[in-house]
Amino acid sequence: MKCGVVVFPGSNCDHDCYHILKHVLGLSTEWIWHKDNADLDRFDWVVLPGGFSFGDYLRAGAIARLSPVMKAVTRYANKGGRVLGICNGFQILLEAGLLPGALLNNRSQKFICKTVHTVVENPDTPFTRHCGKNAVLQIPIAHQQGNFYADDETLKRMADHGQVLLRYADAEGRVTEAANPNGSVQNIAAVANERKNVMGMMPHPERVADPLWPNLDGQSIFQSLIHSGAS
Amino acid sequence: MLAKIHVTFKSGVLDPQGKAVHHALNDLGFNEVRGVTLGKYLEVRLDGISETEAQGRVREMCDKLLANTVIESYRYTLEPTD
Repeated sequence: MKCGVVVFPGSNCDHDCYHILKHVLGLSTEWIWHKDNADLDRFDWVVLPGGFSFGDYLRAGAIARLSPVMKAVTRYANKGGRVLGICNGFQILLEAGLLPGALLNNRSQKFICKTVHTVVENPDTPFTRHCGKNAVLQIPIAHQQGNFYADDETLKRMADHGQVLLRYADAEGRVTEAANPNGSVQNIAAVANERKNVMGMMPHPERVADPLWPNLDGQSIFQSLIHSGAS
Repeated sequence: MLAKIHVTFKSGVLDPQGKAVHHALNDLGFNEVRGVTLGKYLEVRLDGISETEAQGRVREMCDKLLANTVIESYRYTLEPTD
């Protein structure tokens, strides 16, 4: 199984993702530089990692989505290739129009770095298959623009197609206002496209996936991809 | 030619910065303040293009990059420069 980690100028979770995929999960893993527009067909999935691509100038992800690699990522996604965007990677996928909605500044206006709980809403996707419905994943967030927004019509369409994959919840998996860290509409923490081959999530699964650390909840996302087989 | 572009959140989109400024103005005694919208202002210098062409080109710039039309709306004016 082969996966790629895209590197933009300003990516800073790229090495964490690479480490988990290659050294912890033992997958063949390659870097993909953002200037590279070559086809990605050799990969079973690609990851757009977190960070501050192009300094978050204008809007987070707005400049990165113009990088040549995003043409390749879009071709890959349109052919059914699996793409996982984490944090800044999620922001880039939204700006590229590969996922519905947008991310606003956190309700508090502050950068939030803390461990939160999320509940799996749709386990029937290549990204959540290994989780089980209503499984609670404890995964950290670290972002300033993670306040998910979509208009009512889009939210309804997303609900109809099972495109909400994770919601912020309490430790028991209850989706409450108190458990919403950033003001996201309907506590949405992760979404997929209609075809379910592109996922964006604000929490960082790569930060809780190394057995050196007691919490391994993040592995569920990567294990789901592994269990989903070749792209 | 100079394009002066304002980008602001669409109505209905939460604007916490605007809200914070609104409350701060009220705290200062400006009780007449009923709402604040905080946005971006850009000046884009253009050359070798007619005003008619610029109208369309600037709109395209806003749609493709300067605004995220999922959450933001924009308006602009064009002014001659020396």
